[in-house]
Amino acid sequence: MDGDYLERYRSLFDQFDVVAAFWVNIQLTLAAGLIALVLGTALAVMRISPAPSLRWAGSTYVTLVRNTPLTVIIVFCVLGLWGQLGITFSDDFNRNFFWLAVLGLAVYHAAFVCEALRSGVNTVPVGQAEAARAIGLGFVASARLVILPQAFRGAVAPLGNVLIALVKNSTVAAAGSVAEASGLMAEMIEFRPDVILAIFFTFAFGFVLLVVPIGLATTSLSRRWTVAR
Amino acid sequence: MRNRLLSRSITGGVAVAMLLALAACSSDDDPGNSGDTVRIGIKFDQPGLGYKDGDTYTGFDVDVATYVAGKLGYSPDQIEFVESPSKQRETMLQNDQVDMIFATYSITDERKELVSFAGPYFVAGQDLLVAADDDSITGPDTLDGKNLCSVTGSTSASRIKEEYSTGTNLLEQPGYSECVTALTSSTAGTVDAVTTDDIILAGLAALPANKGKVKVVGNVFSQENYGVGLPKGSDQCQAVTDAINEMIADGSWQKALDDNVSASGYVPNAELNPPTPAACG
Repeated sequence: MDGDYLERYRSLFDQFDVVAAFWVNIQLTLAAGLIALVLGTALAVMRISPAPSLRWAGSTYVTLVRNTPLTVIIVFCVLGLWGQLGITFSDDFNRNFFWLAVLGLAVYHAAFVCEALRSGVNTVPVGQAEAARAIGLGFVASARLVILPQAFRGAVAPLGNVLIALVKNSTVAAAGSVAEASGLMAEMIEFRPDVILAIFFTFAFGFVLLVVPIGLATTSLSRRWTVAR
Repeated sequence: MRNRLLSRSITGGVAVAMLLALAACSSDDDPGNSGDTVRIGIKFDQPGLGYKDGDTYTGFDVDVATYVAGKLGYSPDQIEFVESPSKQRETMLQNDQVDMIFATYSITDERKELVSFAGPYFVAGQDLLVAADDDSITGPDTLDGKNLCSVTGSTSASRIKEEYSTGTNLLEQPGYSECVTALTSSTAGTVDAVTTDDIILAGLAALPANKGKVKVVGNVFSQENYGVGLPKGSDQCQAVTDAINEMIADGSWQKALDDNVSASGYVPNAELNPPTPAACG
C-alpha cells in the first residue's frame, strides 16, 4: 500500500472507461423507470378497479413477475425473445440488448411500482372515494382526479425505494449482454487482479454516489408532498 | 404470556442457528488444519476440464490434479476439490483457501505478481465453436457480419472486442453453457459461433446433449499456457513440475486428454502440445 499501488490504481482509468459504464446504468434506470412507472400505474388501477377480471389480471401479474428472479427475466429476454423468437428492438446489435434489458427491468419493476402505489392508495381515506362517487364521478374519473393524485403523494417514499432498487438491479443487465458497470468490473478484475479491492470499492462508491441523492430527494419530497389530513 | 413464549422460542431458535453456524465453520476448517489432505481448486462447471457431477469430479484438469497430487504423496481420497471460479483464483491462493489450482489458469505476467505458477501442463488457444453444418466460419478472419458469444468480462470476449470487433457482433453471457444454448437452440442468425479456449469448447462439444450439433473449428488465434496456480513463493513448484513431466512421459497425459475432450474429434495444437513446463524460479 504505497505510491506504487496508487499509481497502478490510477492506471486503471486509462485502461477502462468507468464513467461510460456507469452512464449506461443511468440510461437503463431512466428508461426502465419511466416504462415501469406507466405500466405499474396501469396495474395499480387494475388492482383497485371494480371489475373482478381486471383485479385478477393485475394481481396475477404482480404475483408472477414479482416472484421471478430478475436474472431469469433478463436471460429470458435475450435467449427467449431474441434467441428463440427473433424479436429485435434495434438494428444495432448492441443497442438491441440494451432495449431488451430495459424491457426486462421495466416489466419486473412495474410489479413493485404497482405495490408501492397500492400502499399509497391505502393512505387515501375511504371517505374520499365515497365523496367522489357522490358527486357523480365514475371509476376512471375518480381514480384520475381524486384517488391517484393523493396516492402518488403518499407513495413517494416507497416509489423512491423502488427506484433505488432499480438503479442497483440495472447491473443484472450484464446477464443480458449490456456493457454496464458490473460487466466492466468483471473485466477489470479479470485483467487487473493486482488491485481487486480498489476496483471493488470504486464500483461500490459509484453506486453510493448514484443512490444517496435519490434517497435524499425522495425523503424531502415525501415530506413536502405529504397530504395534511 | 404468549409474548414471552414467543420471544423464548425466538431466542432458542437464534441460539440453535448460531450453534449450527459454528459447527459448520469448524467442520470446514478441520481438513485445512490437519495437513493430511490437499485442497485443490478446480472449475465445477466446465465439462471435459473441471466438472462436478453429483459427488464425483471429472475432466482433464481433475485428472492432471489427481496425478500431480499422487506424485506429491496424496491418494485420491485425500484430495479435497474446491470450486475456484475464474475471478476468485488469485484471492483463494492468497487467502490460503486452496493449496493449488488447476482451473484453465492461464499464466500471465499480471497474475505472476500475485501467485506462482508451475507448468504449463497444457497450451490452449482461443478458437471458435460453430454449428456442425456451418462451413462458412473457418477462423477469426471469416467472422464479418457474424454474431459471436462469449462470457462477460472474459479474456476471450476482450480479444474479440479489441482485435476483431469491426463487422463482428459480440453477445456476452454469464457462462459458456448459455452461449452454447444460444448457438444450438436459436433460430438461424442469432448466434453463429461461441469463442473461448479450444479445449473448453471441445469439452462443451463432447457433451452428450451437444454431440453432432457443434464442432470446434480448430484454427487457434491466441496462446494460453495453462499452469498450476500456487501461493506466491511456494516451495512446491519443482515437485509439481517434475510430476507434470512424468505424466507427459508415461502417457497418462495423453490418456487424460483422450478420455475427456477427444470425443468431439478435437485434436489439440500439436506444435505446442505436450508442452515443456517452464523452469521454476
